[in-house]
Parts: sequence; C-alpha cells; structure tokens
Amino acid sequence: MAGTITTDVIGGRGTPPPPAQNFGGGDGDSGGRGAHRRASITGLLVLLAASVMFFAAFTSAFFVRRGMSDDWLSTPMPRILWLNTGVLLASSIAIELARRSLHSGQRTAFNRYWTGATILGALFLGGQYAAWRELHSAGFYLATNPSSSFFFLLTCVHAVHLVGGITALGYIDVQAFLLRLGPGKRTAVDVSAYFWHFLDAIWIFLMALFFFWG
Amino acid sequence: MSSPIVHAHHAPTGFIRRYIFSLDHKVIGIQYYFLALFSVFLGMALSVLMRFHLVYPDAKVGFFETLWKTGAPGGIMTPELYLSLMTMHGTIMVFFVLTTAPQSGFGNYFLPIQIGAEDMAFPVLNMLSFWTTFLALIVMVAAFFVPGGAPLAGWTAYPPLSAVGALSGPGEGLGQTLWIISIAIFSGASLMGAINFIATTIDLRAKGLSMMRLPLTCWSWFVTAILGLLGFAVLLAAGVLLLLDRLAGTSFFLPAGLLVNDQILNHKGGSPLLWQHLFWFFGHPEVYIAILPGMGVASQLLSTFSRKPIFGYRAMVYAILGIGFLGFFVWGHHMFMSGMNPYSAFAFSVLTMSIGVPSAIKTFNWIGTLWGGRIRFTTAMLFALGFVSLFVTGGISGIFLGQPALDLYFHDTYFVVGHFHMIMGVAAIFGMFAGTFYWFPKVTARYMNETLGKIHFYLTFIGVYAIFTPMHFLGIAGNPRRYADFTNFDFMGKLMPVHTFMTYAAITTALAQFIFLFNLIWSAKKGKPAPMNPWEATTLEWTIPSPPPFDNFAGHHPVVNHGPYEYSVPGAPRDYTMQSDPA
Repeated sequence: MAGTITTDVIGGRGTPPPPAQNFGGGDGDSGGRGAHRRASITGLLVLLAASVMFFAAFTSAFFVRRGMSDDWLSTPMPRILWLNTGVLLASSIAIELARRSLHSGQRTAFNRYWTGATILGALFLGGQYAAWRELHSAGFYLATNPSSSFFFLLTCVHAVHLVGGITALGYIDVQAFLLRLGPGKRTAVDVSAYFWHFLDAIWIFLMALFFFWG
Repeated sequence: MSSPIVHAHHAPTGFIRRYIFSLDHKVIGIQYYFLALFSVFLGMALSVLMRFHLVYPDAKVGFFETLWKTGAPGGIMTPELYLSLMTMHGTIMVFFVLTTAPQSGFGNYFLPIQIGAEDMAFPVLNMLSFWTTFLALIVMVAAFFVPGGAPLAGWTAYPPLSAVGALSGPGEGLGQTLWIISIAIFSGASLMGAINFIATTIDLRAKGLSMMRLPLTCWSWFVTAILGLLGFAVLLAAGVLLLLDRLAGTSFFLPAGLLVNDQILNHKGGSPLLWQHLFWFFGHPEVYIAILPGMGVASQLLSTFSRKPIFGYRAMVYAILGIGFLGFFVWGHHMFMSGMNPYSAFAFSVLTMSIGVPSAIKTFNWIGTLWGGRIRFTTAMLFALGFVSLFVTGGISGIFLGQPALDLYFHDTYFVVGHFHMIMGVAAIFGMFAGTFYWFPKVTARYMNETLGKIHFYLTFIGVYAIFTPMHFLGIAGNPRRYADFTNFDFMGKLMPVHTFMTYAAITTALAQFIFLFNLIWSAKKGKPAPMNPWEATTLEWTIPSPPPFDNFAGHHPVVNHGPYEYSVPGAPRDYTMQSDPA
C-alpha cells in the first residue's frame, strides 16, 4: 500500500524532474515544468546571493566598528549556543536523510526525517531565545556595548531568516501528510532544503565570528 | 512561431484579480509605471517649490501655510521646510521614479515578451513586489503628515543628523523614522523584483534566444537587477543599523560626546563614516540602476529608427557588464572630502575614470549606429537622441568630480547638483519618455500624438539644459548646495539672476510636462490606431497583437532564429528581419 502511494504521489524513481544544472534557457522549454524547476533553483541562488550581501554588510560594519575605537568589550558566549549549533547541524542532516528517503521512494521515512528536522529547527529558535535571556540576566543588552549590539543584531537577523526556513519546512510537512507531495513539489523540497543548509552555514560563520572576534 | 499550440491561458475575470492584485506581468508593469508617474509629478512639484523659495525666500504665500502650518508660519517657508522638501524630492525621485519606472515598469511589461515567455518566473512574488513598493511609497509620503513633518537629512540620510532624533530638528523625529522604514520596505521590494528579473532572464528564454541574441533592453534590465540585488541588500542592512541607533540606543554611527542643541548625547564610539561607506556601496550602483535601462532603451531605439543594426552589439553587452561591475568599486568617490587616505582616494579615482571607458564605448557605438542611417525622427527617436546628449553632458562633468583634487573644490556645490541631475535624473527620464512613445502602440494599439510629443520634447530638452547647465557655473563660482537662502551672502549677489533664470526655466519645464500627461491620457483613448508593428522593429513584442493577449503568445512558443537588430540586411526582402522569421 505504502509503495503504491509512493510511486503515485511522489513519483518515486520513475519520473524524476529534469535536472537543474542546465542553466541557460533558450531551449524552448520556457513554459514547461523543467523551466520552472530551473527558475526556482536560480531564484533561490539569487536570494542566497542577496542574503550573503546582507550578512556581509553587517560583518564589514562589525569589523570596521570593532577596529575603530577602544570601547569594544567582548560579550561572553552563552554555553547553550554550542548545543544550539549541534541541534541545527542535526536538523540539516535530518533534511538530507529525508531527501535521500524521498529519492528512494520511502515516504514514511521522508515524513519522519523531515518532521524531525522541522522540530529541531524550532528547538534551535527556542535555544537562541534561552541564550538571549541568559545574556540579559548577565546584564548584556542590545545597547550595552558594540559587541553585544552586533551579537543581538546578527542572531536576531539569523533567527528571522530561520523563521522563514521553518515556514517552508512546515509547508512541505503539511503537504507530505496530506499526500499532496507530487512530482511538482519536488522542487519545493529541494529549494527549502538548500535554503536550510544555507542558514546552517551562516550560523557556523556567525559562531566563528563571535568566537574569534566577538 | 511555427511550434504547435500548447494551451492558451486566459485572464482571471474578476476586477480585483485582473487589475488590482494581478499576477500578470503586463498589469504589474503598468501599475509600476503609474506609481512612478504619480511620484514624478509629486517630486517635480517639490522641486518647483524649492526653486521658488531660493529666489523669493521672503515671499508670503498663504497656500504654504495651509499645507504646512509649522513649516511655513505666516506663509513664509522656513529653512527647515526647504530641507524637508529637498529630502523628499531626492528620495521620491531616486527611489520611486528612477528605480521604479525604467526597471520595474518597462522591464516587467516587456522583458517576458521580448524573451518569448508567458510571464515572469514568479508571478506571485512579482505582485508582492509591486504592493510592497506601494506600501513603501505610502509610508514615505506619510512622513509629510506626522508631527514635525518630513525629514531634513537629504536622500543620503547622513548621520549624525539622521540618527539623533527630534532633538536635531523638526522632521528628524517620526518623519526620519518613517523615511528609514520606507526605504527598508522598498529595499525588500527591490530584492523581490531582482530575483524575478534574474531568474526570468536566465531560465525562461524562448528556443533559439541565446544570451547573445537578447535585445540590449533585456541585457540592461538583467544587469540592473544584479546591481539592485547586491546593492539593496546592503542598503537594507545599513537601514537596520541606523534604525537601531535611533530607537534602541546603539552606537553604530554615533560618536561619543556628540553635542546637539546644547545636549550631550549618550552614545559612544560609532562613526558617521561607516554609514557613508555602506550607503554609497549601494548608492553608486544605484546611479547605474537608474541609467542602465535608459541605455538599453536608447540602443533599441537608435537601431530601430536608424534602420541599421546596433554598432558593435557584443561591445555594447560587455560595456553594460563593465559598467555594472566597476560600479561596485567606486563608492569612495562620494567621500573624497571625508578625510580618507589619499592613496585610497587615488585608487577610487582611477577606478572611477575607468568607467569612462565602457561609457565611451557605448556613446561611440550609438553614434556609429546613427552614422549613415536613414534616420526616422519620431518623438521616441528624439528622446533617445536627447538621452545620448544628456548622458554625454552629465558624464563629462563626472570626469571633473572623479578627481580628488578638483572634487575638494566642487564638493557640495551646485556643480554636483548639475552633474547628477543631468546624468542620473533627466537622462534616465528621457529614456522613460523614449520608451513610453516607442511602446505605447504595443500597450494601447494607438500612437501617441506626434505633434504634441515633439512640442513636449523640444520644450523639455531646452528646458532641462536651461535649468542644469547654469548650475555648473554656479558651482565653479562657489555656490554651496543644500542652502535654503542665498540672499544673505555678499558673494552670491551677482549670481542671483542666474538662480532667477533657473527658477523660471524650471517652472516652464514643469508646466511642459502636462503636455505629456495630456498626450498620454488623450492618446490612450483617441490616438491614431497603430498596427501590430508600427515602427517596423524586429524584437518579439512586435510579433504579437496590440495589446498583447493575457499569456503573450496565445499558447505558442516562439522560436528565435535571428539577432535582435537585423535591419537593412543585404538581400533580405524588407529592411528588417524579425527575430522569429525563418532562418
């Protein structure tokens, strides 16, 4: 039974959507699903480029502000951040396991891993909130020091991105449970997964930033 | 055009889905166009008020008091009101006109059609992008109506003035906060638009339409989208930092010991120059965001109306890419006066000069395109020629300002005002006029009136030169910009007649724009009916009926066999070969 649903609803191995590597258009496929899959992946890459610029602007402000005056006092990194990092990494692994399950047509495993990843993402947000509370109780606020300003700012901006990511993961989850995850939604699965890994990478970058220079 | 019918899509029937929250790129393009049209008349009205005040600073006008109770007590404009008019003029023109119409307006309507697509890649995102821009405009205009009025800090919003709140002047309270919020919303909208433009251009091109067969309009929209993507992300980040300095007490841009209105502020360690770096990293590419689409339109029109292929197509493409690329490495030339290391200034200066190379390639190729052509002097063509003229004039004064030694003198004078109005303001606006006259028959199936068009062109062309050329002389004479009143300075006495001349030129030119407005509305209803391809042009939009059907190609998938500018090809049956003609 599950096998039938898999091939019907997800498409299984039988009808994979066209690969995304063929950039360049001009192939007369401007209306088909292949073109829309390519456009979605291009759109995501473009969005990531904008996001990179956004974080790059904050990072360059971080270094300029840090090097400019002698009022920079390091903000202690709450320990829970390391746990949060582990949780976020685990969620990325779960996403990949989910995608692998989808490729091999294991629908129930996909649902389990994908839901797990979504929950881990939410846990990460909860952990970030705990880190903010911890800093507040230690007397570090947004305006306390340029170092704490950048800490709250960057973690907040990352969290806002993450809320977007969790919304995308949750949407896929709902579609999967409603058995609506047809071949057309495969692109949405991939795009959300790439975005989620990107947020992971940004977080590791931010951890390094706070650890070495914060 | 020989591929089989797949399936034609039909427009939604409800008024709201069809005209208000429409997903159709053509409707969204028109929505952007009218948003920009409203904004340009608003911005123009503000500039006329400024020009009036500069010449008659003591005039009592009851109307001013009706509009601004505190800004013009007794009908006399305060200097603060002047500054707020200047800020709003610059902001509205740069963001809601120059960024909006050439790219989002024309680009939305014609990019998908010129590449043979049914729509943009992400229609919902496209709709969101427009309505977000609309929201940004509402928030911006709202700044006029809050206590204290509109902000004073100019379109560049330099801190400390923009960061310390109401203490530094009327308009610097809620008005400035609304300004920042509006710009942040606008940045978000521009990012959404850029994602759509880039994905559409890369992935939705018709069969046979390789990148090197793209019309130059599409190239310029594509590169502009990349500039917008990278630039607005940084502006958004800068806006967040500025907002935090204002509202959350952080010190990103505010130094220690700042004394404002006899009050020492509780900030420390920040730097106003940090804002300038972030702002101009966006701000300089923004200049190209405004002008590149105009270059694309000018290239398209010069080729069409000269009945010749564009001279050096590949060189034109590489020049667009070169300008876009170099545009990100020259922001420092806005900051020569900030005390930067002379070596940095030298580097920024050399890079700035190097933009002259692709710009000169473009100009040379435009002239090469015209050379020996059988030129058809339509109004659209006149505006394209006007664009080239203004681009050259404005560009040459840029060579002066790009040199630190000269900029030390010209900085913050009317020379700068004349320079950027020529190149970024009116050149780009001439590109929009050219595009409007050129594509109007496609959108409405009617021509715009040529007689009115030519009257409007000559009045505007002479008018803008009359307004902005004297500014260069004033700048050389030492006339500072951003001052509300020059009548108290002895050295300005002899220059005031020039100001009076410019004010009358500005009023005349502003009035002439109503000819255009009338022409636009009248021609849409009563203009001469136009055939499908009235200009005998070659690109794909001229292969479909006017106005285009909902899904552009009525279910067909066009096939492209030719380059975009195959005019007067020897041996061809007529003097133009459509891109979709058989090979």
